[in-house]
Amino acid sequence: MPRTGRPRLGVFKFASCDGCQLTLLDCEDELLPLAGAVEIANFHEATSAELDGPYDLSLVEGSITTPDDARRIREVRAESRVLVTIGACATAGGIQALRNFADVDEFRRLVYARPEYIATLATSTAIRDHVPVDFELRGCPINKAQLLEVILASLDGRIPNVPTESVCVECKRRGTVCVIVAHGTPCLGPVTLTGCGAICPAFHRGCYGCFGPMDTPNTPSLVGRLTELGLDAGGVERIFRTFNATAPAFRAASEAARAGAKGP
Amino acid sequence: MTDRTIAVDYLARVEGEGALTVRIHGRTVEDVQLRIFEPPRFFEAFLRGRGYAEAPDITARICGICPVAYQMSACHAMERAYGVRVDGAIRELRRLLYCGEWIESHALHLYLLHLPDFLGYPDAVRLAKDHPREVADGLALKKVGNALMQLLGGREIHPINVRVGGFYRAPSREELAAFRPQLEAALPLAEATVRLVAGLDFPAVEEDYEFVSLRAEDEYPMNEGAVVSNRGLRISADAFEREFEEFQVPHSHALQSVHRGSGSYLVGPLARYALNRDRLSPRATALAREVGLPESVRNPFQSIVVRAVEILYAVEEALRILDAYVPPPTASVPMPVPDHPVSGCAITEAPRGMLYHRYRVGATGLIEDAKIVAPTSQNQKRIEDDLRHLVERSLDLERAPLTDACERAIRNHDPCISCATHFLSLDLKREGDGA
Repeated sequence: MPRTGRPRLGVFKFASCDGCQLTLLDCEDELLPLAGAVEIANFHEATSAELDGPYDLSLVEGSITTPDDARRIREVRAESRVLVTIGACATAGGIQALRNFADVDEFRRLVYARPEYIATLATSTAIRDHVPVDFELRGCPINKAQLLEVILASLDGRIPNVPTESVCVECKRRGTVCVIVAHGTPCLGPVTLTGCGAICPAFHRGCYGCFGPMDTPNTPSLVGRLTELGLDAGGVERIFRTFNATAPAFRAASEAARAGAKGP
Repeated sequence: MTDRTIAVDYLARVEGEGALTVRIHGRTVEDVQLRIFEPPRFFEAFLRGRGYAEAPDITARICGICPVAYQMSACHAMERAYGVRVDGAIRELRRLLYCGEWIESHALHLYLLHLPDFLGYPDAVRLAKDHPREVADGLALKKVGNALMQLLGGREIHPINVRVGGFYRAPSREELAAFRPQLEAALPLAEATVRLVAGLDFPAVEEDYEFVSLRAEDEYPMNEGAVVSNRGLRISADAFEREFEEFQVPHSHALQSVHRGSGSYLVGPLARYALNRDRLSPRATALAREVGLPESVRNPFQSIVVRAVEILYAVEEALRILDAYVPPPTASVPMPVPDHPVSGCAITEAPRGMLYHRYRVGATGLIEDAKIVAPTSQNQKRIEDDLRHLVERSLDLERAPLTDACERAIRNHDPCISCATHFLSLDLKREGDGA
């Protein structure tokens, strides 16, 4: 098919729940104008039309968990001018990276009666562990407004305006009462990257870290507070070991809790 | 006698990654395989050792299209394990949240994934160039579903406000009342959707389905009810694993289900409607009759009409709940702390059909065992049967139109492949076909 002159957008999926690419279809007001500004060239979930690369912008969802996907991501990279990873699976391995802390053969046996039919790697890893990535958009799921900003910035050739501060800052901006201070509710807001809109504390629950760690988080200090609030070592380990379990700061905090529980 | 193989390596407009292979020998369809190559993610394995209260948020991540279904099945299974019944306003709010997900998920499938098949377009964006009003209506409807999930759940994908026992925060009467105009605006859109899709051209097909769905006392089923079928089955969720069996096939990462002794069966909108038509809301009932929808729809292509009727139902039901709402005394019911292991299971109606969860939780509150049976694993074998019948009827078609017809037959059932792994690409093989 001839090139239209509009930038070509590709959307690619690896191991994931489809929620982050669904975020694009959830832009009900922006979807048709966006589709006018770019040429949606490859987006299996949304279209049976498929145009060849190279793609001016590729959005990549999901983590690498199979030998074939480890090969396919290199092909996607080779076809992409700008490659942006979207969501916790693509940026930190996702919830399925919990296998990295366990024996995957045992997982396979637990779920499948005939484990030999299942092709899988021992780990679930972020896309940047396999190919160079131009920008990582975090969140489980990603935020719609941030996704649109990243698409526009990537097409304009500028750096996306995506904040790097903690959820705490967003709570203060919203005027949400602190759930740790006021209610003694364990909350990962002090060490978690904002972008969600600080919704959990606004609904009277503690942040559970679905956007992963902010820049330079002080996790040891927060762990002290979480312990005072009644979390035992197992609780601390689990709270850091969810959708961004392999992000270095969260991994370190969960491993420290586990080591502490076992004693010196 | 020629052998041919027809193959689709990557099915489009379905959620997740799947493929299809059909092998034809002469005029005999030898094998139909819906291959699910979505990588396995091992949820049931890593749920072991997690806190019981974590199950709704963790299992939501199985599917970004229907996270509420996972949250609802997980919550109800845990509450049954702990012997707690959640009723009153919290029960109604859960139903309201589910209405949001049904509207969003059905509108997504109907307008963005399925309607382009009937009108001959590769996607909704290209469809919108010639039918801008229809696509705009669809997106507006989908947006109302999402807005309802945002209002109750904090966000539409992986809502944050659901917990075992209820919610973290219950909305005020005023917050819900302020949403009424959006639902009122959705009513005529939902009615227009039913009329639009009822007027489409449908291939003349009848399948002999065993329909299986929940059936509740006095409402269209969402969170509770007995498991019933059009062949006389009536059991509680506790008997689900005795009645239905999951097994593994070499060609798929998804487990397949059969009804022991009778084989493949169908869950989802066609089943729910056939078994619960008498429980629909007034306008949904009247409009289904007006457009001539039969009491039991056995043409899978007409599932698009049933989905539209269910959207209308969900809008009316949401209005009913909203008007009667009085906030609960507390946003959630506490779970007891037993000194012994507990176990429980529950089934709720995801937009694509019944979703079964079973858990055993130790005395420390940590999950010891988990089992999840998703709607698409239950439908996978029945979709293969639909495909086999389609190919048998269409042996004289050329490769391209036959492949298109197979892909359409799959989309009729709105398969969610992300869910099924624990689904899909099309390989139509006619050996000696030169491919």
